[in-house]
Amino acid sequence: MDLQILTFAFVGITFAVYISIAFWAKASSTKEFYVAGGVVHPVANGMATAADWMSAASFISMAGLIAFLGYGGSVFLMGWTGGYVLLAMLLAPYLRKHGSYTVPEFINDRYYSKAARVVAVICLIIASVTYVIGQMKGIGVAFSRFLEVSYEIGLIVGIGIVLIYAVLGGMKGITYTQIAQYVIMIIAYTIPAIFISLQLTGNPIPQLGLGSTLADGSGTYLLDKLDQIVVGLGFAEYTTTPRLSMTNTFVYTLSLMIGTAGLPHVIMRFFTVKNVQSARQSAGWALLFIAILYTTAPAVAAMARLNLMQTVHNTEIKQLPEWVENWKTTGLLEYEDKNGDGRIQYTGNKKTNEMTKVDRDIMVLANPEIAQLPNWVIALVVAGGLAAALSTAAGLLLAIASSISHDLLKGVWRPHINEKEELMWSRLSMVGAIALAGYFGFNPPGFAAGTVALAFGLAASSIFPALMMGIFSRKMNKEGAIAGMIAGIGITLLYVFQHKGIMFIPETSFLGDMSPNWFLGIEPNAFGAIGAVVNFVVAYIVASNTAAVSTDVDAMVTNMRKP
Amino acid sequence: MFSDDYWGANLKLITICLAIWFVVSYLFGILLVEQLNTISIGGYKLGFWFAQQGSIYVFLALIFYYASAMNKIDEKYKD
Repeated sequence: MDLQILTFAFVGITFAVYISIAFWAKASSTKEFYVAGGVVHPVANGMATAADWMSAASFISMAGLIAFLGYGGSVFLMGWTGGYVLLAMLLAPYLRKHGSYTVPEFINDRYYSKAARVVAVICLIIASVTYVIGQMKGIGVAFSRFLEVSYEIGLIVGIGIVLIYAVLGGMKGITYTQIAQYVIMIIAYTIPAIFISLQLTGNPIPQLGLGSTLADGSGTYLLDKLDQIVVGLGFAEYTTTPRLSMTNTFVYTLSLMIGTAGLPHVIMRFFTVKNVQSARQSAGWALLFIAILYTTAPAVAAMARLNLMQTVHNTEIKQLPEWVENWKTTGLLEYEDKNGDGRIQYTGNKKTNEMTKVDRDIMVLANPEIAQLPNWVIALVVAGGLAAALSTAAGLLLAIASSISHDLLKGVWRPHINEKEELMWSRLSMVGAIALAGYFGFNPPGFAAGTVALAFGLAASSIFPALMMGIFSRKMNKEGAIAGMIAGIGITLLYVFQHKGIMFIPETSFLGDMSPNWFLGIEPNAFGAIGAVVNFVVAYIVASNTAAVSTDVDAMVTNMRKP
Repeated sequence: MFSDDYWGANLKLITICLAIWFVVSYLFGILLVEQLNTISIGGYKLGFWFAQQGSIYVFLALIFYYASAMNKIDEKYKD
């Protein structure tokens, strides 16, 4: 059947499912709107967390990134999964025990300070808004590329869907749509991977296929073959080449792990389960559902790279498969017959290489075509990519909306509004957050590309340390926490801006984006962990020189530490 | 005090789990990757396997182990 009709059918069916869920899971109280009533099953929450966490970037870009970085891409695999260990042991159970609706509310209670709450809200909004812009762009691009509608119309349809289920259902509606989105996303990701693993190695499990011999009867291991080919053509060896220095790899991985554990839209998912035991269990389920995709991604990466090299290199231009031309028209892939021999030479030498552009996003999107899979698989991948973008966008929007209605409005400006008024305000905040995200979707700011790294940097250097000290240190006080957060964010922003430019405007970078100027060779995106260390140190120094916490706060910490 | 013992048991468990967390990712996947790559399991170099597969499996096992071990500790210190 025609690809476009199939794609419309798949996307249409999945959207109908999301809307049906929205009407079924309407929120009738603030507790339902903020934390889905606190009755979500640990497995269901795990699945929703996985969908919440895995964005368009995880779904579309990560495997492509690994395909071109090889071992160097491991930073993202370890960094974006290891954070769940920290979350499960250092944050989630205790925050659930305390029982607040939002992350800034916990900061407010623990540090008995509205100022601390406002600082937390600002960090949360910066981190979440920068993150949501990427999702909006992903939605628009997916529509424009596969459904042949314009970017703007695609964006409006996407925003409309989120608007319906997020405004009606709040966390409750979002949770149940995220479960549906996870199922769609994981099927869409694994089916092409299984087919390709079968084709290349005869093993249907991609995780095992990656370590197997090739099915061509040569007895050569897939990874050895890949290493041979890439090295032979002048590229860096796939399985051993690190990205930048070992110190940088170490610090970057740590920053991503701490950042993951500190992202508010992930943390607040653990407020929706019944109790402490469920929160711990649920973190395990979340990582299980994430790991299904994250352990498949390296297989997709290596196999797609191998397929790409073997299909393209030394092939006559007239004989190139159809997908090469299809992707060439999108501008994501370009070639140029520099030596005029009518064949493509794909090499690591910039001068002679004739594949002049291969966008990394192609690796997942074109994978089904490269492996000559049927059209319905491609349609499924599009629906999966949209599910990934929508589920993450919804989670982020809820984090923003609840921090406005619950933290700023109810918590600081107008504490006397009643439950019904707050519910109305939470819905209005959601509409506002969606409008803001939509605005940035239509007018993507110039600094958008660099900002997701900033979201991790902020979460790592401000939110994670403040939460952790609030649980593990009885002595940490208001002064220490605020000074720590400001110092952590301050040094991280300063480092990023001095290399990348103020608000990412390159002309304003006073040190230039040059690796010799990096502190210990650490790239700006990896600086969150250093910011976190500064946060801890400053907080301890300030706290030990200022007034001790009251007995009420001490009792609160004691309560969190009980089962 | 009762709750102090409970908290102490929790901290001990966290320390053990995070030590393993550190070893499989930072040590095996990053710092010792070259040495481990001289060993192969199937078609995988061992260091590469830890960095792209093994560490994630261990993270998963750690969280489920922590959750079940804490359930037992919860039971033991229940008043």
